[in-house]
Amino acid sequence: MNVSEQVSEPVINVSRICGETIEAALPPGAHVTVIEPHSAWRLVDWKELYEYRDLFRFLVWREIKVRYAQSAIGIGWAFIQPVCSMIIFTVVFGNLAKVPSDGAPYGVFSLSALVLWTYFSNALTDGANCLVSNVNMISKIYFPRLLMPMSAVAARLIDFCIGLVLLGCLMAWYRIVPTRGTLLLPLFVGLMVLTASGLSMWLTALAIQYRDVRHAMNFVVQILMYAAPVVYPASLIPEQYRLLYALNPMVGVIEGFRAALLGTRAIPWDFLAVGAPSALAIAYLGMLYFRRRERLFADVA
Amino acid sequence: MPSIITVEKLSKAYRIGLKEQVSDTLMSAVTSWIKSPFKNFQTLRRLNTFNHNGDAEDVIWAVKDVSFEIEEGEVVGIIGRNGAGKSTLLKILSRITEPTGGRAVIRGRVSSLLEVGTGFHPDLTGRENVYMNGTILGMTKREIDRKFDEIVDFSGVERFLDTPIKRYSSGMQVRLAFAVAAHLEPEILIVDEVLAVGDAEFQKKCLGKMQDVARGGRTVLFVSHNMAAVGNLCSRGIVLSNGAVSFEGNAESAVENYTRSTIDMAQNAEKQQDQFREKWCKPMIRWAHIKDGGGVIRSSLPLGSALSVEMAFDTTGFSPLKSPVMGVTFNHEIKGAVGVINTKMCGATFKDGPYTSGILRCHIDKLPLLQGFYTVDLWLGDSTGNHDVLMSYLVFEIVATDYYNSGQPPFRDFGCALLDASWECEAMPLDALDVVRSVQV
Repeated sequence: MNVSEQVSEPVINVSRICGETIEAALPPGAHVTVIEPHSAWRLVDWKELYEYRDLFRFLVWREIKVRYAQSAIGIGWAFIQPVCSMIIFTVVFGNLAKVPSDGAPYGVFSLSALVLWTYFSNALTDGANCLVSNVNMISKIYFPRLLMPMSAVAARLIDFCIGLVLLGCLMAWYRIVPTRGTLLLPLFVGLMVLTASGLSMWLTALAIQYRDVRHAMNFVVQILMYAAPVVYPASLIPEQYRLLYALNPMVGVIEGFRAALLGTRAIPWDFLAVGAPSALAIAYLGMLYFRRRERLFADVA
Repeated sequence: MPSIITVEKLSKAYRIGLKEQVSDTLMSAVTSWIKSPFKNFQTLRRLNTFNHNGDAEDVIWAVKDVSFEIEEGEVVGIIGRNGAGKSTLLKILSRITEPTGGRAVIRGRVSSLLEVGTGFHPDLTGRENVYMNGTILGMTKREIDRKFDEIVDFSGVERFLDTPIKRYSSGMQVRLAFAVAAHLEPEILIVDEVLAVGDAEFQKKCLGKMQDVARGGRTVLFVSHNMAAVGNLCSRGIVLSNGAVSFEGNAESAVENYTRSTIDMAQNAEKQQDQFREKWCKPMIRWAHIKDGGGVIRSSLPLGSALSVEMAFDTTGFSPLKSPVMGVTFNHEIKGAVGVINTKMCGATFKDGPYTSGILRCHIDKLPLLQGFYTVDLWLGDSTGNHDVLMSYLVFEIVATDYYNSGQPPFRDFGCALLDASWECEAMPLDALDVVRSVQV
């Protein structure tokens, strides 16, 4: 259902004739909603999403506000999480296990990936839970359901920005000057958000029917972390498997991000060439799957 | 000009849970435990409401082939008992759930209020929740900005606007939520009866607002159990029963039709008792009757006559009743509840049980109710609480008679109470009036 087509009313502007516009007298575009069962795959109704942009904004803002409500440190937690992981990783992987870090200080090396990874894993967890935790909304009112995972993923960007500031400080401390590749930052962030949204849509659409997803999330995120070059550099992966490895879009994103900021290596265009289509595919299929399951949400919740 | 809402053969199927198989040997218990993830998976998969052939035994049609049309500016009440498909229909029309078959076309901007305060978050302040709730209901931020002061005035919580609403009393939350809903300006409003909860003053406010909306020429679809509200607000009524439209017409005749069908149902009620029960009930009441003073089962009684309500219970399958409590509520078909009485309140006690089965009787020497249709809710409980209730289970009619021997029956449209009075008139000169008054003071 939800095919809300806007039948464009002919807007007759007669201001030139009678000196005043009658536009105001016409309805602001007559909405016609057709409600019927849909069986085929449906694409995204971008126009409707745009109409609901205010709701999107408030959902994002509610996520952020509520997450840090009634906590003393509040948004400070966005600092603490990556910093603690960085310290642990530096001690365990950097000092004890002597994992190589492509020449950069291990702290910066791991924090640069952790800023990305903390965003990715949090966005994924929030995204996967978003429908289940908002069941009461879903069963009481209509709005484009896609807004739910989209806002969950977008809301974590605030934490990500704070992480970036933190990383900037640490780089200044080590006197590391970012390379010109920093201009590619929006590309990396874009790919990361795309991947997180696509997976979230997929997972949350599954989770509303099968709550198993929620239980699996914790260790799936953990496994995913080791499948990306967070604690180790991608150069440790044997040459012949690297392109396969790069199917995980986060590989290209993390390596590229490090290359751009720390100058540890050249921009990994090969990883990005594999990762970008993969991210697009994940996002597109996730969206498609979400749209297909959408009509069931209120029934199975 | 096509109708503003056209509904054609709308249907919605749900699956109901099939009976669980209980294993009786250890071996089968173990195998069923091993198999349970697969079985659970199958059960979860079956939640999918769209892959099935419609005749499978576990499929129920919550709404089946419902068709109607609503013209612009009409206020339509949808009535029906629990499980008749009202809420499902509403959910389909407000696009929360998708129909299994059929089609509906809505020409205009719809706002649906299945509850007030959707999206309210306890940690957000009053101000923030107004914006949150408003945008969920389909308003834009600019619209809310414009109406914000009005909304706040209406809610009467301006002093607490910047306090998280979890610190509000529940009444304040509802007032704020309703204030937002009341400032929607849709072309079509779909309202569930949940709006009619809350205290009497709040209900009045809701209904008043609905009346304003209706008078403003907007189209309203209103689902309710409350016959009084439907009778007062609506221009047209649609009666749903078992998922299909059983009557369509003006509001009064729809209410009447619904009441009649309640009477018919009550006559063969024993088979369908569950339709009168609430979810939490333990089905203990076996049957019930209304009898007149002479002990004859009746469905109509003259004004001011004696009446007994007789209720049989059977606690097989549950723990026996220690000391049974019987409650009887009388409801007027349109005007709502008119009186309640129960054994506890009257101080009646029975000798200590346990009672596993028996009959409870409530005798009323003179029923002080005006002519009209009444329904009776029956409550059964004991010292531990309520166990069973049959809402509107019994129906009877009070027939107008020449109660006062005046050649004229009492007016039926002024309340529900049948009053007795004696009258006096004394002629007296004017100055004596003041004397009488001063003596009395």
